[in-house]
Amino acid sequence: MDANFEGGAARMNVLQYVADRWDRLSLQAFLHVSAVVQCTVLATVLGVAIGVAVYRSPAGSALATALASTILTIPSFALLALLIPVFGLGANTTVVALVLYALLPIVRNTVVGLAGVDPAVSDAARGIGMSRFGVLARVELRLAWPAILAGMRVATQMLMGIAVIAAYAKGPGLGSEVFSGLANAGSANSMNQALTGTIGVVILALLLDGVYVLVNRFTVSRGVRG
Amino acid sequence: MAEGIEIRLDHVTKRYPGQKAAAVDDFSMVVPAGQIVVFVGPSGCGKTTTMRMINRLIEPTSGTITIGGEDALGIDPDDLRRRVGYAIQQAGLFPHFTVAQSIGIVPGLLGWDKKRIAARVEEMMDLVGLDPGEYADRFPRQLSGGQQQRVGVARALAADPPVLLMDEPFGAVDPITRGHLQDELLRLQNELRKTIVFVTHDFDEAVKLGDRIAVLGDRSTILQYDTPDAILANPADDTVAGFVGAGASLKALTLTRVRDVELGQAVTARSDADPSTVELGDEKFLLVLDQRDRPLRWVHLKELKNARSLAVAGRPVQDSVTLQSTLRDALEAMVNEGGRAVVTGSRGEYVGTVDLATVTDVVQRLRASA
Repeated sequence: MDANFEGGAARMNVLQYVADRWDRLSLQAFLHVSAVVQCTVLATVLGVAIGVAVYRSPAGSALATALASTILTIPSFALLALLIPVFGLGANTTVVALVLYALLPIVRNTVVGLAGVDPAVSDAARGIGMSRFGVLARVELRLAWPAILAGMRVATQMLMGIAVIAAYAKGPGLGSEVFSGLANAGSANSMNQALTGTIGVVILALLLDGVYVLVNRFTVSRGVRG
Repeated sequence: MAEGIEIRLDHVTKRYPGQKAAAVDDFSMVVPAGQIVVFVGPSGCGKTTTMRMINRLIEPTSGTITIGGEDALGIDPDDLRRRVGYAIQQAGLFPHFTVAQSIGIVPGLLGWDKKRIAARVEEMMDLVGLDPGEYADRFPRQLSGGQQQRVGVARALAADPPVLLMDEPFGAVDPITRGHLQDELLRLQNELRKTIVFVTHDFDEAVKLGDRIAVLGDRSTILQYDTPDAILANPADDTVAGFVGAGASLKALTLTRVRDVELGQAVTARSDADPSTVELGDEKFLLVLDQRDRPLRWVHLKELKNARSLAVAGRPVQDSVTLQSTLRDALEAMVNEGGRAVVTGSRGEYVGTVDLATVTDVVQRLRASA
């Protein structure tokens, strides 16, 4: 503990608090973002795979979307509580929970994006001799990409918040600040701690959103950009 | 350059599971090498299904299809499609590909090197009349409908396939652009001599483009398969006649060019000639020409008597046709002019006239010969 507020005598403002604990906070912030980004990427791989598998069948699409929606309705606390016995405390449970939550927007947008590709375009692609995989990879997924990216963006925003709750399962990130701040309510820096955690998450979420704008700019063809 | 090869469909049938009637029932046809064969028929008659079986976008249930003597059903479908050009309505262009990328797709699939693809893309853009410098890097949404169709045709032709399948490729553009695109296709075909199967529901388009027309009925049964003039003159049955529609004789006129008929001659005089020296003989009208022999005015016998100068007498020639115009154009000019249509040569000079008797003769001859 820092000598400055030993005994709870010295109340600090938030900025002082942040400056004082910059090392620890920046590491937590980094871990928070890192967990969210990695889980989003993992969920994208899974979600796009699921989307590709089901988009041709209306029943399959409905089932996949419904399943993913169901996951989303489970309160995050409850989901974590359910996962802890299986995956234990720590990063594993956090990753599984975050990926499950991220699936819905990504699966849904993948299905919508792929289903929205003009059938005439897919037909022409096949008609000029593209293989089934070529049509999917070079045409359909490329055209669905803006929708998939939008799904990833929503998922990321959502995960930034949910990752805070994951501290309950001893997951990495800024959640531990919020939790210990709330747990020690009334003590000298509890307010600072909770505020730092919360505001930190908000700022990081906005930064990540900015990153998405850039990714969109560089990966979506000018021919389909709005 | 790969010239067209013969396509042969033999007892081809397509039956979808769960449907009683076949979509295409026992279809046999020979599409001669280097010709345009147009499948024409009402919506849902199976003409598109039939065409799509040639490149196996739809697999036939039974029957055989050979392309240039080779069994199409024995080739890997993707390979087959790379060797058969394919152009569809609204072009089916990829929105995220530039014009150059679109045209380069099939050569790329065939493993051409970059240099050869780039050279080919440029060549194809020239061929369909798009300036490579201006359009190569445009996306489809930055093109007009007609330009998109041109890119679609260029894409289909890029790997120089001997066979081209076109599914209502000009169906979604305005009538004027459609006319231009049709003219261009005919010009291309003059150079390229591909075997083209063309699907449309527009009989006028079929008459204009087809070397042969197949009029198809339900389940893709061939009601008549013949040259356009034979179908116009002698429809096989009432259904075909109904499809040919009213005005078959008028449509037949689009098959004959002005250069193919015998032109009449009017009495002519230069605009600076003295009106009193002109001898009309039995004619009632004088055609006044300018110094370079271009038609200027019609002057009636009565007007000639009082005329001081031929440059202002009578009334101006408002509508004329060229040697390349169809007789239908000539007929229209006659209606507009209220008499004979003036025919001009390549520099706009007077070469003769067409009158109504010539047109009716042609119609009667077409009837008799078919």
